[in-house]
Amino acid sequence: MENNYKQIRIALRNCGFINPENIEDYIARNGYAALASVLETNNPQATIEAIKKSGLRGRGGGGFPTGVKWEIASKNHADQKYVFCNADEGDPGAFMDRSILEGDPHSVLEAMAINGFCIGANKGLIYIRAEYPLAIERLLIAIKQAEEVGALGQNIFGTGFNFDIELRYGAGAFVCGEETALIHSMEGDRGEPTFKPPFPAQEGYLKKPTNVNNVETFANIPVIILKGWEWFAAIGTEKSKGTKVFALAGKINNVGLIEVPMGITLREVIYEIGNGIKDDKNFKAVQTGGPSGGCLTEKFLDTPIDYDNLIAAGSMMGSGGMIVMDEDDCMVSVAKFYLDFTVEESCGKCAPCRIGNKRLYELLDKITEGKGNMEDLDQLKNLSKVIKDTALCGLGQTSPNPVLSTIENFWEEYVAHVNEKKCPAGQCKALKSYIIDPDLCIGCTACARACPVGAIKGEKKMPHEINQNTCIKCGACMEKCKFNAISIK
Amino acid sequence: MEKIKSLADLKKKREDLQSAISIREQSENIQVKVAMATCGIASGAKHVMEVIMNECNKRNIPATVTQTGCMGYCYAEPTVEVTKPGQKPVVFGYITPLKAEELVAKYFAGNEMLDTVIPVNYEKVEL
Repeated sequence: MENNYKQIRIALRNCGFINPENIEDYIARNGYAALASVLETNNPQATIEAIKKSGLRGRGGGGFPTGVKWEIASKNHADQKYVFCNADEGDPGAFMDRSILEGDPHSVLEAMAINGFCIGANKGLIYIRAEYPLAIERLLIAIKQAEEVGALGQNIFGTGFNFDIELRYGAGAFVCGEETALIHSMEGDRGEPTFKPPFPAQEGYLKKPTNVNNVETFANIPVIILKGWEWFAAIGTEKSKGTKVFALAGKINNVGLIEVPMGITLREVIYEIGNGIKDDKNFKAVQTGGPSGGCLTEKFLDTPIDYDNLIAAGSMMGSGGMIVMDEDDCMVSVAKFYLDFTVEESCGKCAPCRIGNKRLYELLDKITEGKGNMEDLDQLKNLSKVIKDTALCGLGQTSPNPVLSTIENFWEEYVAHVNEKKCPAGQCKALKSYIIDPDLCIGCTACARACPVGAIKGEKKMPHEINQNTCIKCGACMEKCKFNAISIK
Repeated sequence: MEKIKSLADLKKKREDLQSAISIREQSENIQVKVAMATCGIASGAKHVMEVIMNECNKRNIPATVTQTGCMGYCYAEPTVEVTKPGQKPVVFGYITPLKAEELVAKYFAGNEMLDTVIPVNYEKVEL
């Protein structure tokens, strides 16, 4: 690359440049040229081969080679096949797919048509969250415009190829991002996963071969076709090619959407692109992979980011959420937050996930309440392993990851919670107490008036005292005190 | 737009559109893009777009104002990209409605920069 820029925009090539509601903008930037080239070459196998050679892997988190997926779907013969776009983006703090659909909907439509031509499907469906109204609106406009100009529908560009795309709305269940659950949800059944095999590429929607790819994966396809697989494969690491879009969130100065080549380090992402940690605090960890992922600590700051390195480091690529945490974040609470999410989102079909995750959550809750002991920590580890080994689908198999990864990296913090009954980050309410220093308190009564539960007593101009039994630890007193007399212990 | 009937037709259409865009870019109009994904709209981009259009009308500044998707600078929303004739595009962050007035008055009308310019920090793939 001739510049020293840390970012390369491939999937985001049009986001923020074109008017997403005008197909002319897209065509002017070589939009639908990749579809045209694939139709003109008229050799689906060669196109699939190019996608395989490019090294593109699924951007939804699994990292399965996209070309191989297409190949399997193409080789399964059936009277009807389907192309599915998974736009059920559900990780907390992730907004990559939404941004692509809102900024460049045609790139996804074009790639779906290419996929349809390659595997022999003439029907595409996009499963999108109903919580993304603007993305839906822009997709509908894009589909209508594409049909009007003949880029979708019957006899595309006069070549005889037919391809239609429709939308299906998800109700925001996290498990429906799992491809088998997604398919069941679209069939009108409960959004529950089933065992693989059979894989969707063999037996998917309505028992027909179905190729399911994520939004970002599709957005890469036209570029690979037009620039060539060699060009694409030259970016990234040995086993992870191309770029990855990340949603940078949390305690970082430049919160935003970035696209970086695979192999970049966390340090470059956080300190150069993200401009460092907010308020000059110390970096503690970065959470990747959402509720299925784990935390990466300082020792991984210089590890090149790719699918395999992140797994080796105890986390995963995931769909691209990257939540940065600083010294004020309690890692036990972080694990509890993700378990709370998993418990809420478990579909309840298999016992390890339905019951096991609930028990994990209860153990974590007990620890943050200051009622845990060392046995609970062993229990956490054992139960986590059992859930991972026995759960039915990806959701359950990965849900203990935030627990295991925080235990692995922040063992001392767990021990402090159970042995010393202390939260080193000062986050766990039950483990902290607000104390008034009698030497600094002048008895101005400001804190007593601010206290919503009347827990602060004291004579005027005399040092005040907080009744720890009634105190709800809201911190209102500390904010009001002008003499720094109140501290957290 | 009319139906594209063949692959050659698509190529012709693309060339026509590209030349129309380059004519537009060479005109005296200032090209303005307002980032209007969910994030931008939530932080007031629609209002900002109105302010820019009204201010340009008031001052008789020829400008083409369009919406675009997310530019990626969530921390600095609303963001606006401005391309003056014959100059490179400049992205401004933190453009609240009030700042938008200032942007038109200072950068559109004069050539004075605001202090909220976001430098380019990525390489873009051209197809």
